[in-house]
Amino acid sequence: MLEIRNLHARVAGREILKGLDLTIHRGEVHSIMGPNGSGKSTLAQVLAGHETYEVTDGEVLFEGQNLLEMDPEVRAVAGVFLAFQYPVEIPGVTMNYFLKSAVNALRKARGQDPLDAVDFLELVRERAKFVDIDERMFQRAVNEGFSGGEKKRNEIFQMAVLEPKLGILDETDSGLDIDALKIVAHGVNQLRGPDRAFLVITHYQRLLNFIVPDYVHVLIDGRIAKSGGKELALELEEKGYAGVEEEAAQTV
Amino acid sequence: MTMAMTDSKPRGDVFLTHFERFENNGGPDWLASLRRSAMTRFAELGFPTVKDEEWRFTNLSPVARRAFESAPDGDETVSPEFIARFRYDDHALRLVILNGRFSRRLSHFSAAPSGVTVTSLSLALRQHGEIVKSHLAKHASIVDDAFTALNTALMTDGALVYVPRGVVLEQPIEILYVATGGDTEWAAHPRTLIVVEENAQAGIVESYVGDSPTAYFMNPVTEIVAGAASVIDHVRVTQETDKACHVGVQQLRQLRNSTVRSTNLTFGGGLVRQDVNTLLDGEGCNCVLNGLTLGRGRQHVDNHLRITHAKPHCDSREFYKGVYDGKSSGVFSGRIMVHQGAQKTDAKQTNMNLLLSGEAHVDSKPQLEIFADDVKCTHGATIGQLDDNAVFYLRSRGIPQDAARDLLVQAFAADIVKRMALSGVKSSMDQWVTTWLSEDVVPQEVV
Repeated sequence: MLEIRNLHARVAGREILKGLDLTIHRGEVHSIMGPNGSGKSTLAQVLAGHETYEVTDGEVLFEGQNLLEMDPEVRAVAGVFLAFQYPVEIPGVTMNYFLKSAVNALRKARGQDPLDAVDFLELVRERAKFVDIDERMFQRAVNEGFSGGEKKRNEIFQMAVLEPKLGILDETDSGLDIDALKIVAHGVNQLRGPDRAFLVITHYQRLLNFIVPDYVHVLIDGRIAKSGGKELALELEEKGYAGVEEEAAQTV
Repeated sequence: MTMAMTDSKPRGDVFLTHFERFENNGGPDWLASLRRSAMTRFAELGFPTVKDEEWRFTNLSPVARRAFESAPDGDETVSPEFIARFRYDDHALRLVILNGRFSRRLSHFSAAPSGVTVTSLSLALRQHGEIVKSHLAKHASIVDDAFTALNTALMTDGALVYVPRGVVLEQPIEILYVATGGDTEWAAHPRTLIVVEENAQAGIVESYVGDSPTAYFMNPVTEIVAGAASVIDHVRVTQETDKACHVGVQQLRQLRNSTVRSTNLTFGGGLVRQDVNTLLDGEGCNCVLNGLTLGRGRQHVDNHLRITHAKPHCDSREFYKGVYDGKSSGVFSGRIMVHQGAQKTDAKQTNMNLLLSGEAHVDSKPQLEIFADDVKCTHGATIGQLDDNAVFYLRSRGIPQDAARDLLVQAFAADIVKRMALSGVKSSMDQWVTTWLSEDVVPQEVV
């Protein structure tokens, strides 16, 4: 579903991704772990299409199509969803209005009829349960005054409503206590399925106890230094990134 | 009697000619005398220039030079379809003023409850002369302001709204001032008087709109008196043409414990200047002044607010927002004056501006003159662009870029519209914002 080959990207003149390779098939859950500055968020933003990140080499194919040439909204139509690490607040725009606009924009681009108010409400009410979200949240402005946990749950809620093919979670666990973490993980797990893939970007292993990955990759200095199964995450937790960094330095 | 401008600069001397030809229509002597004083004062003051501090950002010289004719008779050119767009509430009492002259045929005001007077100013002079005499030009100053002087000298007609003590008027009042027709540039000076007596309540909407094909100069003055403990919900909508120059004055005087909420929305007009002046002349007044400007093309919109806290324990809130696209420009000047005895004043002023293009421009200037020592006075202004991160967030959810930008602009503007209390005009304004966003405008030469 997702093929990343030799991806190089930079921001503010500095190269962050230095030849990243990654392949994700439908139905799989991949995790990328790495120390601060390794390029985790850069990868997430590049996949979402944020303009401040410049791709200097390599390619990304999503279902065989060149993802890097697509505008952010086109990537969303294609089925890519990024759960942001720091979701932005949008005063004056209610969750309801925002989500309805998004749902219907996607439906329109896919040649479907828009959802009417009743069907839309039914949809969001059902998906709100995935992450324990109260209906009152629908009338609040997007992310405005939300606690860290609420913001992260809101990202997963949106993902549940928009039903992407590839869900990218950018350090969704950062700033969450264990209870919030469990709710978020539960939401993601309910969305797992044979036609959907996830890329879970995280710094700490703890989230992976709840969202158990099929594959774990370690990102060091802009490249995947090591890949393995879910045990690799536990190994990292015990030994830290230093061990892997040494290995990577030796093989380069 | 001829008057001469005090110097030779082209500063509106065409209006002296108008005055010489002007017929007082058999009005009372006090009015004729008032008009003469006003014209004398206008001749002294002339049009302001950019050297005047209060006109630093708004250049009227292209207008001052023009040879305006008196306004044509609007009855022949006004279109019913056009008028219908500005009917916000089917229950409203309605006055229609075409090119500064009252149109009996288009107005509907016979359903006013007894005691309430909603009528043309010229009819009011005959039937309610005492009310007019006791308020006309007693609040807006012909001495301090050239455009009040000009309007007072040359006003042809307008409206009187009078609500007696204790009357709660349920039906809103809609006054529509239309600029229509004409072969060559012309000027009109409509005058409005709104008096709401003690403990009375009323809702009034003034709409200044135009579909004239020529350039025109609209010079309205509105005086509003809010009696003790009265409540007024007031809206002013300006939707003039790109070729119009609109210089308007609103003068509000509030007596003790009154509440006035006034919303000022400007969507159209080549060059618009509004003076929104308020005098809090009694204890315990509450004054909310909200405004929204949507500018594009080559429009220039200047909102000059002046509020005087003359008495203690009054609250005022000014919240003006502007959106500027294309090569449009805007000015916000907010002067707050607190008199020495006006203790426990609570005044807040907020001006927020959104620039949608690289060529749009805004000047925002607060002025605080505080002579009391136990007051709360805050002011803040922002001039910025759309939040890129917010746009990206929306796009990442599938909302196309233009729609994402529109959504954010709508939210910014809706903040003012949602605070309006009169539901009919409020929902119309919501629609107008949406329409404004959907229209693509190429910058035109204006004025």
